[in-house]
Amino acid sequence: MNTLSKKNSTPLISAENLTCIREERLLFDELSLQINPGDIVQVEGPNGSGKTSLLRILSGLSQPYDGKIFYKEQLISRCREEFHHNLLYFGHLSGVKGEMTAEENLDFNLALHGNKTKDSLAYLAKVNLSGFEECLASHLSAGQHRRIALARLYQSNVPIWILDEPFTAIDKQGVASLERLFTLHAERGGCVILTTHQDLISIKPEQIKKITLDYSYDSAVD
Amino acid sequence: MTLKTQSTQETENLTVIIDETFIDDTLTENTVSDSSALTSSEQSLQPLSYRNAFMLVLKRDLTIAMRHKDDIINPLLFFVIVVTLFPLGIGPEAQTLSRIAPGIIWVAALLATLLSLDRLFKSDHLDGSLEQMLLSPHPIFILVLAKIFAHWLITGLPLILIAPLLAVLLHLDEHSYTALLLTLLLGTPVLSLLGAVGVALTVGIKKGGVLLSLLVLPLYIPVLIFATSAIDTAALGLPYSGQLAIIAALFFGSLTLAPFAVGAALKVSTN
Repeated sequence: MNTLSKKNSTPLISAENLTCIREERLLFDELSLQINPGDIVQVEGPNGSGKTSLLRILSGLSQPYDGKIFYKEQLISRCREEFHHNLLYFGHLSGVKGEMTAEENLDFNLALHGNKTKDSLAYLAKVNLSGFEECLASHLSAGQHRRIALARLYQSNVPIWILDEPFTAIDKQGVASLERLFTLHAERGGCVILTTHQDLISIKPEQIKKITLDYSYDSAVD
Repeated sequence: MTLKTQSTQETENLTVIIDETFIDDTLTENTVSDSSALTSSEQSLQPLSYRNAFMLVLKRDLTIAMRHKDDIINPLLFFVIVVTLFPLGIGPEAQTLSRIAPGIIWVAALLATLLSLDRLFKSDHLDGSLEQMLLSPHPIFILVLAKIFAHWLITGLPLILIAPLLAVLLHLDEHSYTALLLTLLLGTPVLSLLGAVGVALTVGIKKGGVLLSLLVLPLYIPVLIFATSAIDTAALGLPYSGQLAIIAALFFGSLTLAPFAVGAALKVSTN
């Protein structure tokens, strides 16, 4: 319990004065945020408002036009390996190779991020893919691709989850199961940053922090 | 104690939603085992050693190539066809052919490599696995080097194996065979390494094929010059270790520097 309370005192991710400009349009500026262990952060906004850009910037995939991002009060560019070691990013693209079987895909993704691979069959069962382990991913549907990629979440014990539209192409049961997983993850001291256009049903509203990005045409950069 | 209360709370929640018995049962088990792990994630997560990370990516790329055999066969067939076109166009005169043979084989090897380069990062970029690799806790250098090595095994090595056969077709001087093989052995990895820089730069562009050849072919010129010169020198019965040394220098130079350039270029391309 000591380690937990110690962790609570430092934010996992914080950002200062982020500015993002895409195609000469200002998506957001002077955005500062602080994400603590136990937070579930939902990034909201209409299409094109910069949700994905924000998530990519926070994960270190994209560079912001201006501003800094810190992992436990260290600049993420200074501690890239440690930060990525504690980060799970799930993007629009599932990163599943059609030429490999479901199990091989999950094994590779787990091993690449330093997780153990011995229970991967059980995790595939958890995302309702039992019976499909030996199928080449190219024979599976889009939703099943997402599920292969999401199976990593059930194994992952990294604290920071950044999830871009995790519910896309996932059926109702899957969404409910994921939402519970997020709650549990937050309860055990992790944080979840996600974008979605759906309402989070089973997570209590007071548990969710919201970042709303509103894009307006007037804010175009001169 | 806290763990127990947490999991019992969870099971209560689960009984409300009856449909998903299977997922939820396993989920609760999972959390009990995981909640202890998260607090000490730094210790419990063992990052792979550099060698294991290298082997992991290499094995994956080779598996994909083996299930997608046209990636291996097409550049090889291209190589064979281009080389066989020359005797047809120029005529079967042995003297002419043997004089231009080194150039033909090497130019065809350059073009065959160029043809296969696109695949190196493109498909990974399109399906998102490139992002995941960039976000992995390993140095990008290692991952990139593994991908390039896999590319060489898939495209460079078959070229080397089939080149002597084509050399017979072109009446290559019998003294030149060793030189041909040695230059290909040292030179084709350079082609893969330098080509990877070009691919990494163009991977974000929808139709980067022509741009890729414009970027990469000029970089191949030194390899082409010294390789053909070595083969010609060998045909005259003279020592060609000087040219080989220069190709080896190009190889080691690109082996140590190109992966850094590729890593930087990939970051720019995925930005």
